[in-house]
Amino acid sequence: MGNRLKLFWARDHRRDGVLLGAAVGIFGVTFGVLAAASGLSALKATAMSLLVFTGASQFAALGIVSSGGDPLSALGTALLLAARNGVYALSISEVLPTNRVRRLAAAQLVIDETAAMSTSQPAMEESREAFWITGISVFVFWNAGTLIGVLVGEVVGDPLSWGLDAAFPAGFFALLLPHLSNTRKRVAALLGAGIAVIGIPLLPRGLPVLAAGLGAVIAATAGGNKR
Amino acid sequence: MILGLAGGCYFFKIGGLIAADVTRPTPRLYRLLSDLTPAVLAGLIVVQAFDGGGTLEIGANTAGLFVGALAAWWRAPFAVVLVLAAAATAGLRLL
Repeated sequence: MGNRLKLFWARDHRRDGVLLGAAVGIFGVTFGVLAAASGLSALKATAMSLLVFTGASQFAALGIVSSGGDPLSALGTALLLAARNGVYALSISEVLPTNRVRRLAAAQLVIDETAAMSTSQPAMEESREAFWITGISVFVFWNAGTLIGVLVGEVVGDPLSWGLDAAFPAGFFALLLPHLSNTRKRVAALLGAGIAVIGIPLLPRGLPVLAAGLGAVIAATAGGNKR
Repeated sequence: MILGLAGGCYFFKIGGLIAADVTRPTPRLYRLLSDLTPAVLAGLIVVQAFDGGGTLEIGANTAGLFVGALAAWWRAPFAVVLVLAAAATAGLRLL
């Protein structure tokens, strides 16, 4: 290894940022495979990963469309899931550059991974580096993974498509687990699930998921102060 | 749809940055925006697993979800969760 590379790698926050991106790349592959199995074109799947660049929202939109839901409810659900990025942006706004163009570019990288990495650093310099290294690493690996996944999915997509209607909710469950970090969030999830159960027979298709968002309204109004 | 989604998602990211320059949002709004993710994901799981077109139904995919969810609970890798859920469902349908 070259000396500069060794120096770069010696710092935990840099190494962790790169490795986290590589791990997210595996998610990118699964997204690509599911996209291909759902019949989404390679171009659309790649465009989604480049432009939307928010994993849970992409999986949700894909899952709803692939189960025959209408695009509008897919859009609404995916946007409700993306709202938390606004909170991340608020909380790491000081870490991001003040230069307008760089700030606009940095905004696209505000996601779960960059927010977690930059808020867990002891000082501002490390926070900034962690944000950029993690963000660029996740962006590169997520998009490369999507592309690989689409290609793999065109080969193995058919067998997977037999159980796609279970793969999606099981994936959502795996994505949900890290968001159950405190009691208020667990209550929000339980309320969301309960509202959806009641909503299925009562509301038109697509609305029960949006109504589940009310679970967050109730939990945030009544619940404790933890993030 | 993809462009709308991309625009909307970017709106939240940039909106948060602009809001941070202008004002401090109330803690309640903070909590609401971050609680939307668990609430909506949980609702989405329920709808995808139990919605049989306006009625509550338990199908092969509900069983597959259960298998995948157990794997996720035991910290199996994401790809393993998806494959187990899909395989269990496909297997039940072949029976």
